[in-house]
Amino acid sequence: MKRVYVNEDWCLGCHLCEYYCGLSNSGMTDMVKAFSGEKKPLPRIRIEEGDGINFAVQCRHCETPLCVKGCITGALSVGENGIVSIDETRCVGCYTCVLSCPYGCIVTSEDEKAVKKCDLCLKNGGDPACVKGCPNKAIVFEER
Amino acid sequence: MNYVIIGNSAAAVGAIVGIRANDQTGKITVISDEPYHTYSRPLISYWLQGKVTDEKIYYREPDFYEKNRVSALLGKKAAAICPEQKEVVLDDGSRIPYDKLLVAAGSSPFVPPMKGLETVKNQSTFLSYDDAQNVKRMVSEDSRVLIVGAGLIGLKAAEALEGKCAEMTVVDLADRILPSILDLEGSAIMQKHIESKGVRFILGQSVSEFNGNKAALKNGDALEFDVLIIAVGVRPNTALIADAGGKVDRGICTDDRQLTSLKDVYAAGDCTVSHDISGGTDRILALLPNAYRQGEVAGCNMAKEGSAVYDKAIPMNAIGFFGLHIITAGAYQGECYARQSEKGYKKLFYQDNLLKGFILIGEVDRAGIYTSMIREQTPLDSVNRELLFESPALMAFGKPYRLEKLGGIKGE
Repeated sequence: MKRVYVNEDWCLGCHLCEYYCGLSNSGMTDMVKAFSGEKKPLPRIRIEEGDGINFAVQCRHCETPLCVKGCITGALSVGENGIVSIDETRCVGCYTCVLSCPYGCIVTSEDEKAVKKCDLCLKNGGDPACVKGCPNKAIVFEER
Repeated sequence: MNYVIIGNSAAAVGAIVGIRANDQTGKITVISDEPYHTYSRPLISYWLQGKVTDEKIYYREPDFYEKNRVSALLGKKAAAICPEQKEVVLDDGSRIPYDKLLVAAGSSPFVPPMKGLETVKNQSTFLSYDDAQNVKRMVSEDSRVLIVGAGLIGLKAAEALEGKCAEMTVVDLADRILPSILDLEGSAIMQKHIESKGVRFILGQSVSEFNGNKAALKNGDALEFDVLIIAVGVRPNTALIADAGGKVDRGICTDDRQLTSLKDVYAAGDCTVSHDISGGTDRILALLPNAYRQGEVAGCNMAKEGSAVYDKAIPMNAIGFFGLHIITAGAYQGECYARQSEKGYKKLFYQDNLLKGFILIGEVDRAGIYTSMIREQTPLDSVNRELLFESPALMAFGKPYRLEKLGGIKGE
């Protein structure tokens, strides 16, 4: 399946992917409006920064998704397309997925009980916004 | 092939998925003494709280049996297994033949002998949907609720009843709360937090006698209450296997393919003994993720012998009380890295170049990176330990790891 892959040598650490991800999942279209309010859109991707190394991390859509297998409600599931997604209406915020994910890709927020995760923009047209917004092709969406 | 599963919770669902991944045509029969479509047991406290409705308490979507071609015998109790005849006998006397059987019978509430317990009119345990419905019926705004047991189940019940009753008292024989998952300091933090929400604790005490709505404590004090919730602990349901001559220790014994000592009889979930690789001990790990994984492995092996093993069990818990999250895993042994701040409480335990366990309260972000290191037994000298202990991040792992996991490039 097509996944988002990272080339850390090319990542500038500009965080634009986080902004595009947040915007894409906010239901809004205007970046400035989306991020100028008090409640900032929550990105499902995050940049890790270190000594001259930066890279983006988001859900790997594992073949053996421990988050799905451990989910106590069944809110997390794997679609026929292999995409791991969450039904936020069924998540109670127990964080068993946070406990289970080996890559730390489940996103939590203080404002909402339900966790968030990358679904490869399945609900937003199927073309990952983070990849489209990356200025240096440090993340790509392809089969490998 | 004719598959029969006793039980209808996480391990059973895992088994159905495991079987269907390997065998699309075999017959699957699920037997459960509860009359409900598979529901999520941990959701009962959320249901009681009013955060989950009857319509949303299901563990798998309403067409799950149909989609997986499962015949569900709900409200039927398996009374015995006849391993020679390869049959399950139900309590109505009917016999269900099997080629491969899974016992995923779960656990039952442990109710210790307490003098006068039968005189208490409004009492319930708290493990099933029925229990939760009982508690809901019994509790009103004026109720004084007494919970016996300051463990995970008792305190989840307390959380669910916040604002729904007049007062809540929790009594436990142990001198601290949540001893199964926390250390002394962690227990104290959680106790303070839960007390701030109006729950009163009486610890290091037990009830010596009940008399109607009065409880006499060992120290001579007396308590009045209207509703009693007994949440002392659970015991694995092992009788079906034990009575059939199968090997049972504290729970049902299986190999790493979830096969019991009886031919073609598998077991999974809370009724079994697991091998905890973090502490190196055999113990009951009554945890939903563990049950699902065991069930799935059992299902794979029932359909295709030798196709799966489960050899990475560790204790692990993610649970919140009154808005404060706890994530813990592994064994609390070896040296300790500790940090406490306004954001949270953190302890990491390490030994022999391995992360063995951790306790996180409040600050739980990305905890799974630690869990994975325990489960995969990642050598600590292969990562940037200082960075990793500070906060879980993939930056602490080497570039080859990231190339593989994030770049999809293997062996470079």
